[in-house]
Amino acid sequence: MKVLNKKNIFTLIIIIAIYALVQLLLTTGTISSFYEITIATICINIILAVSLNLVTGFTGQFSLGHAGFMSIGAYAGALINMSMKSTSGFLAGILIGAIAAAIIGVLIGIPTLRLKGDYLAIATLGMAEIIRVVFLNMEITNGAAGLNGIPRFTNWTWLYLFTALTIVLINNFVRSSQGRACISIREDEIAAESMGINTTKYKVMAFAIGAAFAGVAGALYSSYFYFINPTMFGFQKSIDILVIVVFGGLGSITGSVIAAVLLAVITTMLQSFSSLRMIIYALLLVIIMLFRPQGLLGTKEVTDLFKFRRNEKVE
Amino acid sequence: MLFIATEGGAALEQFMQQIVNGISLGSIYALVALGYTMVYGIIKLINFAHGDVYMVGAYVGFAVTTYTGLGFIPALIISMVVCAVLGMSIEKIAYKPLRNSTRIAVLITAIGVSLLLEYTMMYFVGPEVRSYPRLLSQKVFRFGSVIINMQQIYIVITTIILMIVLQYVVNKTKVGKAMRAVSADKDAAQLMGIKVDNTISFTFAIGSALAGAGGVLVGIYYNSIDPLMGMMPGLKAFVAAVFGGIGSIPGAMIGGLSIGMLETLVSGYGNSMYRDAAVFAFLILILILKPSGLLGKDTKEKV
Repeated sequence: MKVLNKKNIFTLIIIIAIYALVQLLLTTGTISSFYEITIATICINIILAVSLNLVTGFTGQFSLGHAGFMSIGAYAGALINMSMKSTSGFLAGILIGAIAAAIIGVLIGIPTLRLKGDYLAIATLGMAEIIRVVFLNMEITNGAAGLNGIPRFTNWTWLYLFTALTIVLINNFVRSSQGRACISIREDEIAAESMGINTTKYKVMAFAIGAAFAGVAGALYSSYFYFINPTMFGFQKSIDILVIVVFGGLGSITGSVIAAVLLAVITTMLQSFSSLRMIIYALLLVIIMLFRPQGLLGTKEVTDLFKFRRNEKVE
Repeated sequence: MLFIATEGGAALEQFMQQIVNGISLGSIYALVALGYTMVYGIIKLINFAHGDVYMVGAYVGFAVTTYTGLGFIPALIISMVVCAVLGMSIEKIAYKPLRNSTRIAVLITAIGVSLLLEYTMMYFVGPEVRSYPRLLSQKVFRFGSVIINMQQIYIVITTIILMIVLQYVVNKTKVGKAMRAVSADKDAAQLMGIKVDNTISFTFAIGSALAGAGGVLVGIYYNSIDPLMGMMPGLKAFVAAVFGGIGSIPGAMIGGLSIGMLETLVSGYGNSMYRDAAVFAFLILILILKPSGLLGKDTKEKV
């Protein structure tokens, strides 16, 4: 199969077009710096949501500890960035943040992924809480006060590059044979195991990849917002990411992207009623589950709509 | 109980003091853990909102004692009644329509309800920490240098009474029999003419009432309440329920006391910053070594 087939070129053109459009709006000043923060939040949330979707949506392992991995990336990135104040330091921070998060993901995943459903949820929640307490007590992370004055290298170009990279890589992973193994675990773990799929291996793999991208998001976050402390990465943050994934549809990458954009817009609109924001989030979560438990798009992708029209048949 | 003031005596007394504190805190955890374990036993759901019912209980107790000037026992009873109604309404509105959907969907709903309770409460009462009115005398009893205060005695006595009542309801009454039947096998219970929906409602009512009592007690013990106070104790009570064996009522009591002790011992001898981490590390250990808990039944997975 050619790499540069019609479909891939089309995707590439769209990716570049979106980048150019936003870059143009930023340089002409149509998008003010206030909305620039919203855009940064959207990009970081997309990375987080898509990576959590791989774990929860595609592999079916309910994780409530994604913010823990994000914090590992954020601290690793920030510490390296503060000692190497250059773009290469920034990139090294992202890389090491991702690797550190993935290693912790494997270490935590091997014992806890034997658990199922709600037990796994509680175990991952507990693990994120342990990570937070460790950061709270470490000398190098400056305890509860957190790290301040992290140099900002994150800009729209880097944010967009990493967001696009995350979406493309995870999309390709899900469509690979490993990805299909992960989906089969979600559908029926016992059946998958009896078909010869090493379920532990694929669960840990999905967990580690998800953790690595959460680490990338964390490193980008720390470099964009100058400042991090352990409370930012609590239970609340994990829930925020989960809401995006559930809202968009468990098992839909484009769903996560759309939900991340929509929720960021809602949050920006509710800026002046910040006390209502969480109530609306909570209501949204309950209402979605009651009336549309599969989320906006379910397991479908936006691109499936085009396929349907062209071939007049599904799949 | 007078100890000679030696090194060993002092260390023993310090240990005894931690145990006393651990038992009082553990009793509160046990009350909350009972709600988790009963609900999990009957509909296999981690009711994340349970910790927030406990928070509502604390606020109801606060409102009753501050604005009407009633004493400890009326406040406790009113708070339990309000929480029982709240628990039943949560079940009717949020969980009942999802009886047949996936476990993840129900779990996410439970998280949603939990956030809704927290932030609705915050919207109405504000995020600030309030100090609880002093309802009990400030008398303390000294045994050597071990101090037991009136609050601790009330907490332990209230917990013991509630546990006895609960044991009576579950083991000796008709509703209790129905609860045990539904948790053993829902379909068979229904075929035997048990009203499953009513029984589930009743379970939520009892569990939430116990959480409400726990809320009032914790308010008295720590003297401060805030809208997010239910999150951590809720999770710890869940850890207690898992440790004791989820679905087992005596297990939840033992689990609650153990978690309370673990927490006070870590704060007393180690670093109090690590006490939450210690509880969760303990949870992960239990889940890996003995997922069914101390008194839980092993269940085999059927294909």
